[in-house]
Amino acid sequence: MSALLEVSGISKSFDGFKAINNLSFSINAVELRAVIGPNGAGKTTFMDIVTGKTRPDEGEVRFGETGKSLLKMNEAQIAREGVGRKFQRPTVFEDQSVADNLTMALKADRSPFSVLGWRPSSVSVARVAELAAEVGLSDAVDRRAGELSHGQKQWLEIGMLLAQEPRLLLVDEPAAGMTLAEREQTTSLLCRLAESRAVVVVEHDMDFVRRLNCKVTVLHQGSVLAEGSLDHVTRNPDVIDVYLGR
Amino acid sequence: MTRTPFILRTPSTLIVLAVLAVFTITVTLLSAAYGTGAIPTSMVKTLGMTLCLALAAVAMDLVWGYLGILSLGQMAFFALGGYMIGQWLMYARTEGIVAASLSGNPIPFTPQELRDGVTNQIFGVVGSAELPMVWGFAHSLTLQLILVVAVPGLLALVFGWLAFRSRVNGVYLSILTQAMTLALALWLFQNDSGFRGNNGLSGLQNLPGLDHVGQARLSVWFLWASALALGLFYVIAAWLVSGKFGSVTRAIRDDETRVRFLGYPVEGFKLVVFTLAAMITAIAGALYYPQAGIINPAEMMPIASIYLAVWVAIGGRGRLYGAVIGAFVVSLLSTWFTGGRAPSINLPGYVVNWVDWWQVALGLSFVLVTLYAPKGIAGIFDLIGRKGDRA
Repeated sequence: MSALLEVSGISKSFDGFKAINNLSFSINAVELRAVIGPNGAGKTTFMDIVTGKTRPDEGEVRFGETGKSLLKMNEAQIAREGVGRKFQRPTVFEDQSVADNLTMALKADRSPFSVLGWRPSSVSVARVAELAAEVGLSDAVDRRAGELSHGQKQWLEIGMLLAQEPRLLLVDEPAAGMTLAEREQTTSLLCRLAESRAVVVVEHDMDFVRRLNCKVTVLHQGSVLAEGSLDHVTRNPDVIDVYLGR
Repeated sequence: MTRTPFILRTPSTLIVLAVLAVFTITVTLLSAAYGTGAIPTSMVKTLGMTLCLALAAVAMDLVWGYLGILSLGQMAFFALGGYMIGQWLMYARTEGIVAASLSGNPIPFTPQELRDGVTNQIFGVVGSAELPMVWGFAHSLTLQLILVVAVPGLLALVFGWLAFRSRVNGVYLSILTQAMTLALALWLFQNDSGFRGNNGLSGLQNLPGLDHVGQARLSVWFLWASALALGLFYVIAAWLVSGKFGSVTRAIRDDETRVRFLGYPVEGFKLVVFTLAAMITAIAGALYYPQAGIINPAEMMPIASIYLAVWVAIGGRGRLYGAVIGAFVVSLLSTWFTGGRAPSINLPGYVVNWVDWWQVALGLSFVLVTLYAPKGIAGIFDLIGRKGDRA
């Protein structure tokens, strides 16, 4: 199977500190992957590079069947290529209704003039209702997103990501601040999503990673320390040393 | 799928249009030219100019209240619109006067003589004998009308492209916009800018060929034109912010980074709104200065744009009718307080003279509104009755 995302030999330093050091990573078109690592291992910088927020000093990031380089594109172009990103802290547009938030995220032409001419259709209205139902916000479509609880905001953001229909989903610490029940819901949703696309989950919480039951990549000091099943990497002495042993 | 027409979904738009119509009819019926004369012509002009300022405030609200860019150079576009229409007004009128005086000569005058005469009349004051290049289109009303929107639009487009592309945001962007209007004003202050330096353009209240109409009637015509422009662009602005486009602009205002990760070209949206607002502001300026009669570069100094921001803040930013209310209330109060008719307050040992103290009061009320009523005057509508819609 060919890789959807192929990151090869990227490095990035901030004021002499090597946040990413010759990192290579690849993920298939249909796969669930957990990325773990201690603080400062370069997890967030890695996501920033893939989504275009940060440019690496060297290396290559290729995406899709044709192996398009993502390095020359800006955040919006990369998002339009099909890379979705879920932030750690829920970021929804609090001033607007749940329906407006979802409508904005719906896959459609993003250029200013076509947005200007865009009008809701029965299809788009139905899709928004469907998405709201999927993330359990059917009763809240007309509420302001700012009025939602923390967990509901997380779900709204996940709904917005679904609306984007990304081919690659990068999820930053989804379990943070969630109750046990919400975590279970999140796990099953992520697993279900990974049945039709690539999902990369960056996580601290080992229990949560275990639940995902997928291949794990361990980052340390900006490069890959180990890769494989969770049991495999947790037996790795290096991993125990830098991360799990503490 | 059938949808309620846009105008019915935003009742506030209908209310604004109705109030505007009632206002215009009332002023007309009380004017000297078409009614009882209870409102003197100078007051009709003030009201007409206030309508133009309200239109500029609506455009400012688009940029600040909906897009989140606190532009402190918005009045540059306003004054540019005024300069563009002023060029034609001054040229065409001077041409008429020169032609009349030359026709007294026994030998018929040549076009060159006419041109020289006009140049001498307009530019003698800055000691220039040649018509500057920038007056190349001044003979044509059509061309100058195009320039009214083209010049400010182009300036906004280039400025916006440079600023937004390098992702200048927040306070830095505000400072840049202020620098833009200041630089433009300083350039215009120079005699060799081609716009008569600090003399500016004058006599703009006299429309060429319409001397027989008289200022009383002209002032009402301009009031109508200003009301029409305000109504038209209010509806356009309300439509713009009502749909998905408005949703995206408000999202950019609240969290620009997140909008980028949704795949929207943020810079493109900013550019469209900023340029459109600049053009609307320019049209407001082109209607304002023929009523004011004179324009000079001081109109472009940053303080004018800061006032505009204060009106929008006091009226209530983020809703278009707030901008209209703010412009009306503050600029009319300002006219009253600085007009010398407001009664002074006699305190023991000191007399508060409003001409001097009005600015202080305005500054103070701006601080108070920002601190205690961030929704501005328009916030009152949230308290009485149900919550206002978003237009």
